[in-house]
Amino acid sequence: MKVLMFGWEFPPHILGGLGTASYGLTRGMSKQEDMEITFCIPKPWGDEDQSFLRIIGMNNTPVAWRDVSWDTLQARFGNYMDPQLYYDLRNHIYADFNYLHTNDLGCIEFSGRYPDNLHEEINNYSIVAGVIARQQDFEIIHSHDWLTYPAGIHAKQVSGKPLVIHVHATDFDRSRGNVNPTVYSIEKNGMDHADHIMCVSEMTRQTVIHKYHQDPNKVSTVHNAVEPLPQSILELPEYHNPDEKIVTFLGRITMQKGPEYFVEAANMVLQRTRNIRFVMAGSGDMMDEMIRLAAVRGIADRFHFPGFMKGDDVYKIFKRSDVYVMPSVSEPFGISPLEAMQCSVPSIVSKQSGCAEILDKCIKVDYWDIHALADAIYSVCMYPALYTYLREEGKTEVDGITWEAVGRKVRDIYDRVIYNY
Amino acid sequence: MKTICLYFEIHQAMHLKRYRFFDIGTDHYYYDNYANDVAVTDVVNRSYVPALQTLLNMVQTYGGGFKVAFSISGVAISQLEIYAPEVIDLLQELAATGHVEFLAEPFSHGLSSLTNEEFFKQEVTRQQELMERIFGQKPKVLRNSSLLYSDEIGLLAYDMGFKGMVTEGAKQILGWKSPHYLYSCALQPKLNLLMRDYKLSDDICLRFNDSSWPEYPLTASKYADWIAQIPEDEEVINIFMELQSIGYYQPLGSGILDFLRELPARCSERGIRFATPSEILKNYKTVAPMPMPHPVTWNDEERDTSSWLGNQLQREAFNKLYIAADRVRLCKDRRIKEDFDYLQGSINFRYMNTKATAVGFDRGIYESAYDAFTNYMNILADFMKRVDALFPEDVDAEELNSLIMTIRNQDEEINNLNAQLQTLRDAAAQAGEAANIPVSDEKIKKTVRKTTSRKPASSKAKDSTKKV
Repeated sequence: MKVLMFGWEFPPHILGGLGTASYGLTRGMSKQEDMEITFCIPKPWGDEDQSFLRIIGMNNTPVAWRDVSWDTLQARFGNYMDPQLYYDLRNHIYADFNYLHTNDLGCIEFSGRYPDNLHEEINNYSIVAGVIARQQDFEIIHSHDWLTYPAGIHAKQVSGKPLVIHVHATDFDRSRGNVNPTVYSIEKNGMDHADHIMCVSEMTRQTVIHKYHQDPNKVSTVHNAVEPLPQSILELPEYHNPDEKIVTFLGRITMQKGPEYFVEAANMVLQRTRNIRFVMAGSGDMMDEMIRLAAVRGIADRFHFPGFMKGDDVYKIFKRSDVYVMPSVSEPFGISPLEAMQCSVPSIVSKQSGCAEILDKCIKVDYWDIHALADAIYSVCMYPALYTYLREEGKTEVDGITWEAVGRKVRDIYDRVIYNY
Repeated sequence: MKTICLYFEIHQAMHLKRYRFFDIGTDHYYYDNYANDVAVTDVVNRSYVPALQTLLNMVQTYGGGFKVAFSISGVAISQLEIYAPEVIDLLQELAATGHVEFLAEPFSHGLSSLTNEEFFKQEVTRQQELMERIFGQKPKVLRNSSLLYSDEIGLLAYDMGFKGMVTEGAKQILGWKSPHYLYSCALQPKLNLLMRDYKLSDDICLRFNDSSWPEYPLTASKYADWIAQIPEDEEVINIFMELQSIGYYQPLGSGILDFLRELPARCSERGIRFATPSEILKNYKTVAPMPMPHPVTWNDEERDTSSWLGNQLQREAFNKLYIAADRVRLCKDRRIKEDFDYLQGSINFRYMNTKATAVGFDRGIYESAYDAFTNYMNILADFMKRVDALFPEDVDAEELNSLIMTIRNQDEEINNLNAQLQTLRDAAAQAGEAANIPVSDEKIKKTVRKTTSRKPASSKAKDSTKKV
């Protein structure tokens, strides 16, 4: 089966969970022998792993005809894209886009990030998608998140192939309810045109059904999974100070992640015992406020802000933690507790997180219930039996959640959509 | 002649309240009065009162033709005294008929038999005394929490003077054997065992109102037929269940009371009679020892202790709780003793169950096993602080153990000394008689003082307990 996927991020150059999920999903799907995935991203860097799929860069796809020699192309992106593909794509330019800002190859430049002119980039992405959809041979279109919904719709209209969209988050999660009307309209439009909608959790599915008024029959839940950790990370030394426990929060310090509940719970725990340290790793617009809050509560000596964590640092922090806490106010899925559990760290997640739907061996509390959160933190730190139980059982549980199974589930949905199309 | 032994269990657990870690050391009241009130009143109205009234009518109607046994935990009595004294009145009326037997069981419906013999003995004795005080008869047959039984517990029961115990006729124990005989404890042949027939019992307490069950609806005639069809020489049919199965698990609307009411007549038509456990022990002989090295209960499909002690969390809470058992037993603080009874309740461990089969199990106020564990451990932390405060901190476990040992031996020593005193007195009197010299008491006292001064440990122990 040939799938044309539109995404925005792909490891190793990622900005959030979307890239990780895209990678895991495609890798899990590629375990099926007849699966051929073409993955479009705005700007490949050349070091992406293409062993199990093919990546097409939107910034290497011409929308205006230029006469370019093979050698030029080979020099520009030969190490990760076949120049012949450029010529093939060039043959399918469907309109004159010279009025757009194009470079010497007739391609539009993309930042590949989330710039201020994001809406322009989304529009350009959709224009380029038209070329790819005309040139490529595929049976189904799969769009990841709202940025690529317009491209998916465009590809569907050009090719007449069914469109499946993957909802990794909705604007209701990002904004705590203050929805941006432009974003909402793009999301709603994508869902209306989609033949099937996959959501990363039942919670997101309910949002899609009720806030975006979709037919429940065409919306299904496909929970995320985790990639098994590579040996190098598993071998990182673990360190636990028996006299001092470390409780970690890791993520963007923004409204959506509920950092203030973590600080308040920490305050309650520290009222009773001083031998626990709290770490709030990450950065975000609420960081300064949180530093101030910790100072006001008088717990700054036990509360640490190491800043943004990258690569292995994340796992190094996990390996030193005794408890991982994710008090998100609204989390469509939330992969980080699964990663913590892979490192044998007992996790506490908010019930408002999608991952709570598939995890049993972790403690779940309401994000606003700081008493329950504090109690949970305290008990994991103070009662060794609970710590050991969650540590061992949690690891076993999370090791059983694989992308391969998710891939099979997605495949079933594809088959059904194509059959009914 | 076939005999049905019908026995009902009455127990209502004490519900713990939400107890956060910051309450440790400040709040020493652990119970949710409202939840207790609601739970007890609900069960009493829907089950206990109608069921007991029916049973009372039946006993009165049939005279000695219908007999029944009850066991009531001490905790249930305390709860009923507060929230539903009418149930105790009904039970007293039943007791007065003379056709009802009350069984002994641990006061707390706890698991002390698995870990602390002394405490278990004390608990059972307390419940026996309570039964005697309220119902005027001292229980002679033992029923452990949820029919918990193993060879060692059987031995323990025999040491306490029981002639019989009731337990679960679990499949893994019986194998091809039939529960319809009297068996004996493998370690002590004089202790007899009544094995519950789980099929016939569950037909009433589990399936009676289940319309998907092929035998639905179950009538008294059909049930009596089943019993009559059991081979001739299998004579003891033990039907044990919780009293709240009648009316609560199997709603009154299912006609379960009519079923019960009909049962004695339908049975006597087929030559089946009723007897209490003690009568069974008297009238029947044991056929074989029943080795049960591992504890058996009537819980879940597994019929073992896994619903209480199946995971690490449960075992940890259990072990931590019983660390305090000896000190609680020794102390004189009424509230501590009472709290310990309530904390022992087996349901507290059951709430921490993580077995996959426990789907749909009502966890009360708890959302998960971890929640139950956290709450329980917080309460336990506070409780342990109170227990520690009772005993001087420099008394470590070993020292305490030796103290306990001395105190335990105290009675024995006093008896010994008294006996010595008596012999000396007799000897002196004889000597005096022979020599015709009156022996002054002064002399005897002197001798006694000599003997006692050899045991300074016991007097010291006495002092230290007083100080405590």
